[in-house]
Amino acid sequence: MDEGTELSLSIAHIVQRLKGSHLHSQIERQAKDCLHRPEIKLESLKEDVRSFLKTSGWEKKLQNAIYRELHIQLPPSHPTAPLEHLKEPLAYMRKAQASWEKRILKSLNSMSTELGVPLARKRPGAEQKELINKWNEMGTDEPDLNRFRPVYAPKDFLEVLISLRNPNHDSCEDVSARSHWGLIQVPLNIRDIPQLRQAYTELNLSSGQLGIDDLAHVHPDLFENDYVQIGKKVVVEQDSAAAQQYSRRGCPTGLRAALWALILNSTNQLQDMMHYEQLRAGVIQHNLLVDNLIYKDVKLTASNDDYYFVFEDFLYQVLLCFSRDTAVLEHFKYNSATPPKSYLHGKVGDEEYAVVYPPNGVIPFHGFSMYVAPLCFLYNEPSKLYSVFREMYIRYFFRLHSISSSFSGIVSLCLQFERLLQTHLPQLFYHLRQIGAQPLRIAFKWMVRAFSGYLSTDQLLLLWDRILGYDSLEVVAVLAAAVFAFRAENLMEVTSLASAEAVLADLSTLKVIPLIQIFLFATAI
Amino acid sequence: MAGKVKWVTDIEKSVLINNFEKREWVQVTENEDWNFYWMSIQTIRNVFSVDTGYRLSDEQLVNHFPNHYELTRKDLMIKNIKRYRKELEKEGSLLAEKDKNGKYIYLDFVPVTFMLPADYNLFVEEFRKNPSSTWIMKPCGKAQGKGIFLINKLSQIKKWSRDSRTSTFVAASSGKEAYVISLYIDNPLLIGGKKFDLRLYVLVTTYRPLKCYMYKLGFCRFCTVKYTPSTSELDNMFVHLTNVAIQKHGDDYNHVHGGKWTVSNLRLYLESTRGKEVTNRLFDQIHWIVVQSLKAVAVSLYFWFLNVNASPSLTSSTANDRILKYNLINDTLNIVMPNGEIPDCRWNRSPPREALGNYQVLYDEEQAQSESAERDLRSRSGQLLGSKGARGSVGARPAAATWK
Repeated sequence: MDEGTELSLSIAHIVQRLKGSHLHSQIERQAKDCLHRPEIKLESLKEDVRSFLKTSGWEKKLQNAIYRELHIQLPPSHPTAPLEHLKEPLAYMRKAQASWEKRILKSLNSMSTELGVPLARKRPGAEQKELINKWNEMGTDEPDLNRFRPVYAPKDFLEVLISLRNPNHDSCEDVSARSHWGLIQVPLNIRDIPQLRQAYTELNLSSGQLGIDDLAHVHPDLFENDYVQIGKKVVVEQDSAAAQQYSRRGCPTGLRAALWALILNSTNQLQDMMHYEQLRAGVIQHNLLVDNLIYKDVKLTASNDDYYFVFEDFLYQVLLCFSRDTAVLEHFKYNSATPPKSYLHGKVGDEEYAVVYPPNGVIPFHGFSMYVAPLCFLYNEPSKLYSVFREMYIRYFFRLHSISSSFSGIVSLCLQFERLLQTHLPQLFYHLRQIGAQPLRIAFKWMVRAFSGYLSTDQLLLLWDRILGYDSLEVVAVLAAAVFAFRAENLMEVTSLASAEAVLADLSTLKVIPLIQIFLFATAI
Repeated sequence: MAGKVKWVTDIEKSVLINNFEKREWVQVTENEDWNFYWMSIQTIRNVFSVDTGYRLSDEQLVNHFPNHYELTRKDLMIKNIKRYRKELEKEGSLLAEKDKNGKYIYLDFVPVTFMLPADYNLFVEEFRKNPSSTWIMKPCGKAQGKGIFLINKLSQIKKWSRDSRTSTFVAASSGKEAYVISLYIDNPLLIGGKKFDLRLYVLVTTYRPLKCYMYKLGFCRFCTVKYTPSTSELDNMFVHLTNVAIQKHGDDYNHVHGGKWTVSNLRLYLESTRGKEVTNRLFDQIHWIVVQSLKAVAVSLYFWFLNVNASPSLTSSTANDRILKYNLINDTLNIVMPNGEIPDCRWNRSPPREALGNYQVLYDEEQAQSESAERDLRSRSGQLLGSKGARGSVGARPAAATWK
C-alpha cells in the first residue's frame, strides 16, 4: 500500500472514531454559536469559523484528540489481514498468549469453585448501603482474604516467556560464544546502544535533564529556571504533542500532573466524571470475585509500601471501577491478549450466554495495584486519577503482561535487557550465569511493574516522564541494565542467586537519570 | 584538648549509645569528670534546680537547656508567644504588623488559645462568639497525646470554671490540673483522606546569637482512620490525634511503615498536587514559625536541644525509624562536637556546610547580621547586590532574604 493511501485510510479511520464523540458535538455547538459573532461574515464563512475555533482553543483540543488517536491506532496493515494478525502478527506468540490466558482463566474458575464464591453476584440491599457509607475508607474493611491467592505472580509469567520458541528458527546453529546467554530465546528485533543513542538524543550528556541538573548543588539559573518557564508555556498552550516532546527531559514536579494529563489527553470533563460515577454505581451493585483479588493485592503490596500506604483507599476506588469499565475492551484491538470469557450459569459453551469477565477483560495479578499507586502523588481527585490511570494502562502497562512481539512488549524488553548486558557487561553476565543467577530472574519483577515500588517515588516519576515522552517502555529495559552496570563490582563478588538478589534488593537510593544517561552515552562500544 | 570525650547518659537507648561508642568516647558515671551528659528531663530538673547550685565547667556540655520547659510546656509556650508579640508591638517592629481585622500578618501562627482555669471567663466569651466551633483541650504537662480531648459544648469543661471546687491556686502551683484550650482546626490538610502532623528536628547550638539547624529528614505521622469533622466522631482519638503512642493501638496500625512519611515525600506530593510556589511558601512559613518560637523564649544560656516535647522519642517504632534516629544523633553530635573534640565554651563558629550532614541552616543570626551590614556597606558604595540563590539556607531559595 502506498503512503498516500495509507494516510487517507488513517485519516478516515480517525475521523470515524471521533465522529459522534463528545468533542465532536462540543465543536459543532461552538461552531453554531459563533455565527452570532460580528467577525463571522457570510462571504468568508468557512474561514471565519475555522479561525474562531482556532483562537478559542477548540482546534487545539481537536488536535490533541487526534494525537491521542494516533497513539492507540493500529499500525498500517494489509487490507485483508484478519483481526488477530493486527493484534499480533507472529503466530507462535498468539498461540502462547492464548494458552497462557487459558491457564489463568482455569485458575480463576477453579478458585471460584473451590471457595464457593461466584465470579459475580448482586449485592443485597443492606450490603450496598454499607458499601456506599464505606466508599471512602474501604481500607479499614477486613474481608476474609486468607482463602484467596493471587491468580498469578510475575515469576509464573516469566516461566512462560522463557519457554517461548519460534518454530521457524533453529537456534542450535548458534552454539558458540555468540549465542544468547540469557533466558529469552526468541529472535526479536532489538535496538542496540548506537541505535538507542539516536533514538534518545535528548538524554545525552550535554543536554540538561531534570533528575540531574535540578539537584541542590546545581544553580537553578544554569538549567532549571528556564526549563520550568518553557514547561509553563507548554501547559498554557495545552498542546499534547508539545507536552510529550517536553517530557523527554523530565517534568518539573509542579507541572507534571498537568503535563501528563495533556500527553494522555485526559481532560476530566463532565462526561468523564459521569462515567466514573456509573462505574462506581456498578461496584456498589455487584460484587466480583476479582474484587477480592484486588483487595488482597493492595493489602499485600501498596499498604506495606513506605510511599503509597497513604493512598490505600484511592487504590480500591480506582481498581474496583477499572474492573467494570467496558471501555477498556477497546484496547484489545491492539493487545495480543483476548478478554477472557465466562458463561452464564449452566450455559457453558453457548456463545449466546458468554460474557467478558471481568467486564474490562483484565484479570489482575500480584502487584497490579502498583501501576496506580505512583499516580496518587499527582492526582487527588478520584475521577481524574482514574482517567489518567486508564489511559496509561491502555497505552503502556498492558504490554508488560501480555505476550507479543511489540517493541514495548515485555518479551522485547526482557530480550533487550539481556542483550545489553551480554554485549556491554559480558564478564558480569557470564559470572552471574555460572553461579545460577540469571540476571533476568532478578530484573523481571522490576520491569513488569515499570519499577513501581522499587524506586523512590520521585525517581520513578522521572522514569515515567520518559516513558510518556518517548511513547515507549524501552527505557525500563535500559534502566534495568544500567542498574546491573552500577552494581557490577559488588555483583562480581557474589556466589549465589540469593546474594545477587541481596545486592539488588534495595533500589530506593538510586538516581535513575544519571544511571540511564551514563549507560547509554558513556559506555564504550 | 587531649584525651577522649567522656560521656554519661541516663537514657538507655541504642541510637545514643551506638553513636557514642562509634566515636570511641569513654563512658563514665555522673560522679566522675564528664564532658558530655545526655540527660533525661528529670535529671535536668534535679541538676539545675535552685537548691543544688550546680555549675557546668567550661568543658561540659549537656543536651537540654535548664529552662527548656519554657518552650515545651504548652501553657508556658503560649505565654511566651503572647508576650513576645506584645513586646514587638510596643517596639513598633514591622513584624508585629496587623491587618485590618486585627490579625497579625506575620505572627499569626497559633490558634486562639486560653489557659484553664485561669482564663476561663475569657474563653467563655470567645466560645459564645462562635458556639458551633470545636475546641481542643490539652493538659499542660503531658505528652504523647495523653489526656487530650475535644469539646463542642461548654458543659463538657465545667470542671475548669471558676466556680468549680478545684481551687485555681492549687491548679496554678501544681501545674498538673492546668490545661490549655485552643480553637480546633477542623479543616486540616488531608492526604489520602487522613490527617497528619509534622515531626521536625531542630538543633539550637547557641542562643545569643541564635543559631539553629533543621534536620532535613523530618517526618509526617498519619492517622490510620479517615478524618471526619463529624461531631459523632469527636471522641474517636484515632481520627484526630496523630501521636504514634495513640495510633499504634489502632486496628490498622502497620508496623512496616509505622504510618509515617518522610518530609520529602510530603514535599513531592504537595509540589505535584499544588505547585512548587505554594509548597515553597509553606515550608518557608514553617521555618519562620520555628525561628519566631525560639526567639519568643527569651533566655540566654549555652546549649539546647529543641523538640516541642523536650525529649524527642528515641524509641524506634520501625526499622527505618531506627536508622533515621541513629543518623539524626550522629549528625547532631558532629555539629555539636566537631572533630570529636570538646569545644571551647566560647566556641561560636558556624560549622561549614559539608559538616552539617542532613541538617540545614535554619537561622544564623550572626551571619544574618554580618550580611546585612555588608549589604549596607555595598549600597552605600553604590554597588548592586545580586541575588545569590543560597541553597544551603532555610529550605528553599532566596525567599529567605525576605525575613532578614
